[in-house]
Amino acid sequence: MDYKAVKEFVVEKAILVCGLVSIIGVILIFFFLLREGGSFFLKVPLSEFLTGKNWYPTSTPPQFGILPLLLGSLIVTGGAVLLAVPLGVCGAIFIAEVAKGSLKEFLKSGVELIQAIPSVVLGFLGAKVLGAYVMDWFGLDTGLTAFTASLLLAFMALPTIISVMEDAVTAVPHRYRESAIAMGATRWQTIYRVVLPAAASGMAAAIMLGIGRAIGETMVVAMASGNAAIIPKSIFDPVKTLTATIATEMGEATGTHALALFAIAIVLFAITLLVNVTADFLIHRKRVK
Amino acid sequence: MDKYLMDTAALEPVAQIKIKTTNLDLFYGDFQALINVNMEIAANKITALIGPSGCGKSTLLRVFNRMNDLIEECQVTGTVLIDDQDIYLPGTDLIDLRKKVGMVFQRPNPFPLSIYENIVFGLKVHGLARKSELDYHVEQSLKEVMLWDKLKDKLHRNALSLTLEQQQRLCIARLLPVKPDIILMDEPCSSLDPVSTQRVEELMKVLKEEYTIVIVTHNMAQAARVSEEAGFMLLGQLVEFGRTSQIFTTPKDKRTEDYITGRYG
Repeated sequence: MDYKAVKEFVVEKAILVCGLVSIIGVILIFFFLLREGGSFFLKVPLSEFLTGKNWYPTSTPPQFGILPLLLGSLIVTGGAVLLAVPLGVCGAIFIAEVAKGSLKEFLKSGVELIQAIPSVVLGFLGAKVLGAYVMDWFGLDTGLTAFTASLLLAFMALPTIISVMEDAVTAVPHRYRESAIAMGATRWQTIYRVVLPAAASGMAAAIMLGIGRAIGETMVVAMASGNAAIIPKSIFDPVKTLTATIATEMGEATGTHALALFAIAIVLFAITLLVNVTADFLIHRKRVK
Repeated sequence: MDKYLMDTAALEPVAQIKIKTTNLDLFYGDFQALINVNMEIAANKITALIGPSGCGKSTLLRVFNRMNDLIEECQVTGTVLIDDQDIYLPGTDLIDLRKKVGMVFQRPNPFPLSIYENIVFGLKVHGLARKSELDYHVEQSLKEVMLWDKLKDKLHRNALSLTLEQQQRLCIARLLPVKPDIILMDEPCSSLDPVSTQRVEELMKVLKEEYTIVIVTHNMAQAARVSEEAGFMLLGQLVEFGRTSQIFTTPKDKRTEDYITGRYG
């Protein structure tokens, strides 16, 4: 009896601690980010940081404008989303509604396999192989461009988009399809007039999660985007993203430069938080309905 | 429609036959779900199919709009004529067939869209109406099922926010804009409370003036209340088919009598 009660107590508290560890981790990360990044803003005003057109952290005097980096992240992520969303939507619909039996299983595990490729491998292939093709196809001086990175990021975001979206489409109750077909709708009409609207919020969440994946990705963009902190004129220019800036500069950054990297981390954190909260909201809304 | 009325009136003075099955057999793989069903369903009447669960009454209903086609390994032999057209001939246009033969399901299943979108669904799918005519059809259809007064200000609400009875009425209403001839009802009241059931039954009696209604029900009292003709099915066979009053008062077959009097089922 006594032994049982003690055991209950220990197990309960152990589970509580495990749960708290992850929360505490997040709080600590948030705290240190704010402390380090916050002290940066005592030296450089936020408006100058966000809208400054020059990122010259090592020149004298240094300039810490992250506009080129923001635009770099935006153009790479935006390009990836433009490529990945239509492919992902079609792929998810095909797997969920059209493919049957072994083809369906093959496609599902194939999509999951993409996720298993380490991003450094993908980045290496992208920089060395895809980059050379991009240079050839478009007659560029370098193959390491925003476009190259976008292609790779799109490929990396696809599994997330497809698998979450496929779940959303599959979760639409069969009776909606049945009644649409009984009313004389074709399979395609059933899909786009009934199934897709019913799955819309889950599909939007899938897209948001894919975007989150693309924004946060570092290795691929650091290797394939060219890492030039200039405001890009087109998608075929080399760019430097927020993530790649932190990754490539943290080794030699000291003083204000190091603090500036923390400030970038805060910006990145805010963006991904926003994306995730939006995705969560969309998923939750679907459940309530 | 009018032309049809004149043609058959001369041949068939008693009642027009809307659906006619001859030597109908249906197999799910090796299992025979319908055995040699021969029946004639009259136009503009309510015909009930009764029998214990698993007797094949829902399967028979789904023969008439070929929803059984969705089930793999389902095979149909014999003929099924609707307006003298064999609907199982190769090349039959299923989309046209299902436009002509609407169906109401056991569980109300409006699309998770607005009330308005539910009603114009058929028109859009069949490319039947201009945008300007949609409002008119929505109003007419909702009036026919007596929902217009209640819902006219809520047309853009999600249909799933309605009560079950209203949802089921909406499921009937959304069939009407494409002008079906036949409405199949598969236990349409089994998820409704008694008061809602009564109101839906009243609606059915109004609708039969314009449509041929075939209803599957396990509720014998309902069959007795609403139908004019009834078929009793057992183990895939149509045991007896005739006027409802006759089936319920003087059944010819011993099995029908046993079922009606509650000896099994």
